[in-house]
Amino acid sequence: MTLDTNLEHITSEAQYHEIINNNENVMICCGRMGPMCVPVYDDMEELRNEYSKVKFYDMLFDLPDAHVIRNLPECRGFMGLPFTVYYKNGKVVKATSSIQMRDQLTEILDENFS
Amino acid sequence: MEEIYDIIILGGGPAGLTAGIYLSRAKVKTLVLNVGVIGGQMSLTHEIANYPGVPNISGYMLSRTMQKQAESFGCKVISNAKITSYKLAGELKSVELAGKGIFSAKAVIIASGGKSRELNVPGEKEFAGRGVSYCATCDGDFFQDKEIIVVGGGNSALEEAVALTQYASKVTVVHEFDYFQAHKKAVEEATNHPKIDFILNSTVSAFYGSQSLEKVTVKNLKTGEDTETKIDGVFVFIGYVPQTQPFKDVVKLSDRDEIIVNNQMMTNIKGVFAAGDCIEKRFRQITTAVSDGTKAALNIIEFLQN
Ligand SMILES: Cc1cc2nc3c(=O)[nH]c(=O)nc-3n(C[C@H](O)[C@H](O)[C@H](O)COP(=O)(O)OP(=O)(O)OC[C@H]3O[C@@H](n4cnc5c(N)ncnc54)[C@H](O)[C@@H]3O)c2cc1C
Repeated sequence: MTLDTNLEHITSEAQYHEIINNNENVMICCGRMGPMCVPVYDDMEELRNEYSKVKFYDMLFDLPDAHVIRNLPECRGFMGLPFTVYYKNGKVVKATSSIQMRDQLTEILDENFS
Repeated sequence: MEEIYDIIILGGGPAGLTAGIYLSRAKVKTLVLNVGVIGGQMSLTHEIANYPGVPNISGYMLSRTMQKQAESFGCKVISNAKITSYKLAGELKSVELAGKGIFSAKAVIIASGGKSRELNVPGEKEFAGRGVSYCATCDGDFFQDKEIIVVGGGNSALEEAVALTQYASKVTVVHEFDYFQAHKKAVEEATNHPKIDFILNSTVSAFYGSQSLEKVTVKNLKTGEDTETKIDGVFVFIGYVPQTQPFKDVVKLSDRDEIIVNNQMMTNIKGVFAAGDCIEKRFRQITTAVSDGTKAALNIIEFLQN
């Protein structure tokens, strides 16, 4: 399976570290092309234009290298796709499980990245 | 700032997008305003296998295709719209969008659809995505060899209970009545399944845990008795609620909050039409939503000409 979105995809552990360490504000949605994931990707595609200080990416949940997100301590107990993780200077500031509405996404973005 | 259209469609699911296709193709200046993600419930559907002419398609792809088709005829589509007020009663209808001004038109179609019903009990929101789920195809594989509960007794609940047995070691169906609303085949498959148990006349009344769900209270609705049960996951399939709250003081609703329309798809308010899952009807499918959207659009073309 591939992620059929217009977001930039993260495909390896090395690329993941490169991205979170070299950008101040990063949001990564790790999922599949499922009904709970697609609305989040769609919202992120639109939010890219509104939050120029944030980098938006997705990552396929089933990639072996996606263990970097699957095994984050902040994602312990998560049992719903997608896992959406927000990073500031390489550190996780927030992580959510399952579908999030646009208002929930903007609330987190405003709180952590404004 | 005020933008004027011939027609505003509230809702960008299959009903609203179909109306958008028909109206804009007929050169009616059309705006679709959608509060959520385009495609509505259709975009929440993993695989659609019963839309004629398309053997198998993800809800997401069908939504995108319908949106593009509407836009190709000149229909303007705004998703994630923040609608702050509706004025539907007078001759000229208008809605206001936060930061975007007022949009007005001579006619409106309400195609606001519906959404899954939640239990609305303590802990449900807190553990959503941490053991509480509304989508078996999305989250089933997190429950490999685990014990889960499915709440509900309709087609979705019993079909998904059977589907979830491919992951879970045990599935307990908790249902509020002592009979099922599902069709016969779904009931037979679930009741004959060796991994499925039933707790009838009962509901889940609270969720508990720390990082993820650990236990629930199952309430017997006949005796009032509460039983705490350790559980790894709960899937909730208890039906659907129409999204008609913003219109309840304007258009006539049934006792289930569905919009009542006449055979032209018009509500009790002149110029306000309704289509799709938000109207009073028995079968809620993409095909029926598409049919309603078509009828509303064609009636509106006549309405605008008169
Ligand atoms: C999990 C699931 C699986 C399904 N599988 C199938 C299937 O396989 N085949 C099938 O035929 N049917 C299926 N259905 C049913 C089908 O999806 C619905 O019948 C159909 O989507 C209804 O279309 P609609 O346009 O009336 O409403 P919806 O699809 O609900 O769309 C309504 C849209 O309006 C928006 N909205 C709500 N309020 C407002 C407002 N005030 N203003 C503006 N916009 C608003 C909503 O955000 C939404 O985007 C499924 C449904 C679900 C939940």
